[in-house]
Amino acid sequence: MKPATLLNVCIVAVLLIAPIWLNAYWVEVLNSIGIYAILALSLNVILGYAGLFHMGHAAFFAIGAYTTAILNTQMGIPVLWLMPVSGLFAGLFALLVARPIIHLRGDYLLIVTIGIVEIVRIALVNNVFGLTGGANGIFGISRPVLFGYVIRTSHDFYYLIFAFAAVTVLLFRRLENSRFGRALQYIREDDVAAEGSGINTAHYKLVAFILGAFWAGMVGTIFASKMTIISPQSFTFWESVIMFTIVILGGSGSIRGVLLGAFLIIGLPEIFREFADTRMLVFGAAMVLMMIFRPRGLLPPSPRTYTLNLPPQSRQAGP
Amino acid sequence: MQLFFEQLTNGLAVGGIYALIALGYTMVYGVLKLINFAHGDLFTIGAYLGLTLLVSMGLTSHLGPLAGILVLTIMVMGLVAVIGALLERVAYRPLRTSPRLSAVVSALGASIFFQNAIMLIYGARFRVYPHDILPVTSITLFGVQIPVMRILLFTASIVMMAGLYFFVQRTRTGTAIRAAAIDQGAAKLMGIDVNRVIMYVFLIGPALGGAAGMMVGLYYGQINFTMGWVYGLKAFTAAILGGIGNIPGAMLGGLLLGVIEALGATYISLAWKDAISFLVLILILIFRPTGILGERVADKV
Repeated sequence: MKPATLLNVCIVAVLLIAPIWLNAYWVEVLNSIGIYAILALSLNVILGYAGLFHMGHAAFFAIGAYTTAILNTQMGIPVLWLMPVSGLFAGLFALLVARPIIHLRGDYLLIVTIGIVEIVRIALVNNVFGLTGGANGIFGISRPVLFGYVIRTSHDFYYLIFAFAAVTVLLFRRLENSRFGRALQYIREDDVAAEGSGINTAHYKLVAFILGAFWAGMVGTIFASKMTIISPQSFTFWESVIMFTIVILGGSGSIRGVLLGAFLIIGLPEIFREFADTRMLVFGAAMVLMMIFRPRGLLPPSPRTYTLNLPPQSRQAGP
Repeated sequence: MQLFFEQLTNGLAVGGIYALIALGYTMVYGVLKLINFAHGDLFTIGAYLGLTLLVSMGLTSHLGPLAGILVLTIMVMGLVAVIGALLERVAYRPLRTSPRLSAVVSALGASIFFQNAIMLIYGARFRVYPHDILPVTSITLFGVQIPVMRILLFTASIVMMAGLYFFVQRTRTGTAIRAAAIDQGAAKLMGIDVNRVIMYVFLIGPALGGAAGMMVGLYYGQINFTMGWVYGLKAFTAAILGGIGNIPGAMLGGLLLGVIEALGATYISLAWKDAISFLVLILILIFRPTGILGERVADKV
C-alpha cells in the first residue's frame, strides 16, 4: 500500500470512530467542520478549478436552506427528499444570476458576487414574497428521517454529514479528472487559449457555477434540518469570506487542501477558544502572511503527470 | 417638494463622503489594479481616531468649533495616511508581482485584521460622538431648510476633492501618479520612482478616507467597528459608477450614488436602501463596466 493511501485509510478510520470518545460539543465542532468542508469543496469547483473569483457562495447556501425550510414547514415534505429540490433551486438561481455576469473578469466578478450575497441577505431580512419570515427566520424545520430512523443527536448528524462529505469527495475527485474538470482547469490557466482549443468557456464557467450552487444548496438542506431554525444571520457576506478563505488557504483546486483548510479555519479557532478575542486578528494577519510566503495554499494541487506508454521498440528507436 | 430637496441635500452630503472614500479606491486601482479591501477599515480607523482625539484633547473648546475641527481633521488625516502607507509596505508590496488573487486575499486579511484590532481597542459597541460640537441649526435657502452640518460636510468634501484634483493635475508628483497609472513600465523608464508614487497614493487615499470617517462620526453621531465594510462597498460602487481609475469619475460617482440612495430610500423603500446601491453596482458592471467617465479599454472586462 502506498503511504498516501495508508494515510487516507487512517484518517477515514479515525473519523469513523472518533465520535465515540468525544462529547457532544466536540462532535458539533466536527459537524460544522464537515459542513464547511462540503461547502468549500463546492466552491472549489468554481474558484479552484475554473478560477472564478466568486465570493457570494453563501447566497446559494441560503437559497438551499430556505427552500428546504419553506417547503418543509409549509407543505410537510420530508427533509431528505428536499435535498435535490433545494439543490435545483440553488442551481436555478445560479443560472439566473451568473448568466449575465459570467464574462466579467477577476475582481469585477468578485465585487458583483459580494453584491449578490448582500442583496439575497437583505431580501431575506425584508421577508421577500412573505415566505422567509424576515429577520427572525423560519423555525420548526423537521429532522431528517432515514429508513424510519430519526437523525436527531449531534452524533447522528456527524455520520450523516461525513457520509455526505465522503460522497462529495469521491464525486469531485472523479470530476477533477474528467473532461469537464480538465476543461475548467484549462480555463483557469489561460482562458483565451482554452477558447482557442474549442472549449466554450462561457458555457463551462456557467456549468461550474450551477454545479457549485447545486451542491451548496444540498448542504443548505442538511444545515436547515440540523439547526431546525434558520435566519438571515447565518448567510452573511462573512460566511462567504470564510468559505473563500478555506479554499484559498487550503490550496485552491486541491481537494486535500480544501479539507485541511476546513479543519484549520473552523477547527483551530475552537481549540483556541480562550483567545476568542484575538483569534480573528491572528486569522487576518495569517491570511496576509500566507499570501506572501505560500501564495498557492498549504496543500496546492500536485501538477498533472502523464506516463508515456510507448512500446519498447519505439523507445529504443528514439534519440 | 420639501421632502425631495430635504433628501437631495442629505444625498449630496452623504455622497460627498462616499466620493472621498471612493477616491482612495480609485487611485489605488489606477496605479496597482488592486481593490484595496482594507480601505473601508482605514475609514473606520479615521472615525475612531477622530473620536479619541476630539474627546481627549478638547481642541474644539480651545480653538472654537470650526478651527478645532480643522486641526483635528488634519491630525486624523496624517495618522491614517501613515497607517495606509504601512499597510502598503507590509501587505501589498511583497505581492506586487504575484497573481492578483493573492493580493486580493491579502487585502481581505488586512481588512479582517484592522476590523478586529479596532474591536479589541475600542470595544464592539457603538461609540457616540459628542453632539454639541457643531451648531445644530438650519438655514433657509429658497424656502428649503438645510441643516448647517450638511452644508459644512458638502463644502469640506468639495474643497478636499478640488485640492486633490489640483494636486494630481498641476504638480510634478501628481503628474508622476498619472503617468504610473497609465503605464508603470514606461513611467519607470522616464525616471519616475514608481514605489514612491505608490507610497504617495497610499498616503493620499487613506488620508481622504480617514477624513470621511470623521465626517460620518460628526454627521450621524455614532460609529461602529464594522461600518467600514458597508461604506467601503458603497464607495467602491461609486468608484465603479464614475469609472474606476478615474479621479473626477469617483467624485461624480460618489455624489450620484449618495443622491440615488437618499431618493431611493425615500421614494422606493427604506428597508431596501442598501440593496439599491448593490443593484446599481451590478447593473453598471453588466451594462457599462467602464462607468460614466471611464474610457473604453481594449482589455476585456
